[in-house]
Amino acid sequence: MAWVKKDLLGLEELTKEEIGLIISTAESFKDVSRRAIKKVPALRGKTAVNLFYEPSTRTRVSFEIAAKRLSADVINVMTETSSVKKGETLIDTGTNIQALKTDIIIVRHNCSGAAAMLARHVDISVVNAGDGWHEHPTQALLDILTLKERLGRISDLNVTIVGDIAHSRVARSNIWGLTKLGAKVTVCAPKMLIPVAIEQMGARVTYDIDAALRDADAVNVLRMQFERDEKGAFPSQIEYFKNFGITQERIKKAKKDIVVMHPGPLNRGVEISSEVADGTNSVILQQVTNGIAVRMAVLFLVSQAQDKKYGDTD
Amino acid sequence: MAILIKNGRVVDPANKIDDIQDILIEQSKISRVAQGIKVKAGEIIDATDKVVMPGIIDMHVHLREPGREDKETILTGTSAALKGGITSCLAMPNTQPAIDCAENVRLLRDIIKKTAKANVFIAGAITKARQGQEITDINSLKNEGVLAITDDGSSIDCDELLLEAFKIAKANKVLVICHSEDKLLTRGGVVNLGIVSTCMGLRGITKESEYKRVQRDIQLAKRASASVHIAHISCGESVDIIAKAKQQGLEVTAETAPHYFSLTEEQALGYDTNMKINPPLRSKDDVAAIRQGLKDGIIDVIASDHAPHTENEKDIEFEHAAFGTIGLETELAVAITELVQTETLGWLDLVSKLTTNPARILGLDKGDLSIGKDADIIIVDPYQEWVVSKDTFLSKSRNCAFLGSKLNGVVEYTICNGKIAYKK
Repeated sequence: MAWVKKDLLGLEELTKEEIGLIISTAESFKDVSRRAIKKVPALRGKTAVNLFYEPSTRTRVSFEIAAKRLSADVINVMTETSSVKKGETLIDTGTNIQALKTDIIIVRHNCSGAAAMLARHVDISVVNAGDGWHEHPTQALLDILTLKERLGRISDLNVTIVGDIAHSRVARSNIWGLTKLGAKVTVCAPKMLIPVAIEQMGARVTYDIDAALRDADAVNVLRMQFERDEKGAFPSQIEYFKNFGITQERIKKAKKDIVVMHPGPLNRGVEISSEVADGTNSVILQQVTNGIAVRMAVLFLVSQAQDKKYGDTD
Repeated sequence: MAILIKNGRVVDPANKIDDIQDILIEQSKISRVAQGIKVKAGEIIDATDKVVMPGIIDMHVHLREPGREDKETILTGTSAALKGGITSCLAMPNTQPAIDCAENVRLLRDIIKKTAKANVFIAGAITKARQGQEITDINSLKNEGVLAITDDGSSIDCDELLLEAFKIAKANKVLVICHSEDKLLTRGGVVNLGIVSTCMGLRGITKESEYKRVQRDIQLAKRASASVHIAHISCGESVDIIAKAKQQGLEVTAETAPHYFSLTEEQALGYDTNMKINPPLRSKDDVAAIRQGLKDGIIDVIASDHAPHTENEKDIEFEHAAFGTIGLETELAVAITELVQTETLGWLDLVSKLTTNPARILGLDKGDLSIGKDADIIIVDPYQEWVVSKDTFLSKSRNCAFLGSKLNGVVEYTICNGKIAYKK
């Protein structure tokens, strides 16, 4: 199959085949980062713009490295204030970036739907690097790639996601992606942090961490954002760690080869103990490495779709 | 100039007429309704196969003037109204300044007198600057001619204050219209709480935020022995509460808007900000409950809640976009398509919810085709199909939840105060 979308906005809108194509493309790009000269000319002459309205190191650097390994030029535009407060609208910023004859906008924004809105207003490609609580597709894709490498498949895996599901774009993208590929997803959190009707997205819900880990082939531990405004919805850090923290004791009771994932940045001793984070079940650093290949694949595919659309042959 | 409307299907619920009749208009009044009228008239309109009904009285319209003439003006809003078959609007007072004192009523009335193309009636604010803190001089608002008072756009949080307002309104024979929303419960929500808010990663709005306030507003009105009209209800629970209040014989009336009986929360998927409306589009079950409420007569009125906004306020991030949809030009067609054609309502019932009922609730001597009444009449091609598109609007704004929808029902003539004010 061929990739035809100019944008990557989320995993909800992708088919199983499209997700498979990104993963297989990423697998073939992994080799590039192992070479002495870590560069291929696939995006030579293209310009990618990192447009980040939220602070991010990991994702931005990962996209930047991915684009550079494809020989694209990369510009970083960073602003910590939302477009509305700053004065210029997101659409105006986007059309200005397009007018600079760039090719791809990689956007991180605190508003759900911001990437979709931007994509409607520009002809160049838009890659969602996280929009509000909505989706963070490349994170879920790198989680999927990592799981596949470690366990050989996604189909029929039991994957548990623990943490603040309600405010997590990582959780949503993982639920869409994993369930499309045939995995069973369980979400586990204090009741206040489970969004209503999440079962209709295809996830099982439990409030019991030990039950959630019992049959799990993998656990994806989300960062607890205790700095959020709505403190009312949050348990205390100590209580959270006691009831939901991923500790060595809990991992010992789970399947022997359970894969422990975390999208980062880690709050050691808050949602995960150092012992687990640094232990043999942890694939946290492999996830970071795989992020490069996944983002290379995404940038490559959306760029290819544009070239086809405009009839470029290079 | 006399106008004779021939051979139309006259639907006039006040007089229980649904029959082929002719209508003669003389000196801006309805002078005869009968079959086979033969007179010399300056204008003879052949209404064969058309529905002839009283002009719509839309009791929930944001005309934005004074203050936000970039969104709508009395002139553009009433032009849009006429195109939609609306001959009378009740203008909501959440303008800038708010219509919260006699002086501001006079200011608005002056603009209406100079520029309105249709009848515009005025609602005043319940509290000064709609802040929910201090009751307006309701007596002087009444003396300036307001038909109702409302803080629409906001609900009054303080029970004592609203109770007092009900008492004063009762003494002054002014209707209180309640925008029933507990903002402590809506808490910055932007779509209905449910699978859609979860998928979209947006803060959800509970139904409790609406129906608990509906319940409270009715209770306070009861304590004051006042009548109350509940604006724009969107969920099944509100319908149930209003049904119970009516069973108890309370003076409660209710209205809903076309989008609440035709669109569901799923419309917001894809982040179309035209679907961002307050109260939000709800679930399929709620749409069914609203339809049933209309059918059972629990909901008395269909009103547009016409809420024009500029593109700058709509074409931005969903969370930051303004709430509301325009509705004057689509209201009747949505109602025909979604209620008459689905056999939820017959023509007489539909027309009563658009004309006689709002007239009765507002105490207006309009909304029917009795001899001697003001000739506010519309002629509608009831099943002609059209597609809603941005360039068809006379409204100054384009934020319509029905863009792209195929609707049935086109207004061919709008006769307002005896004159042909709009002709397709």
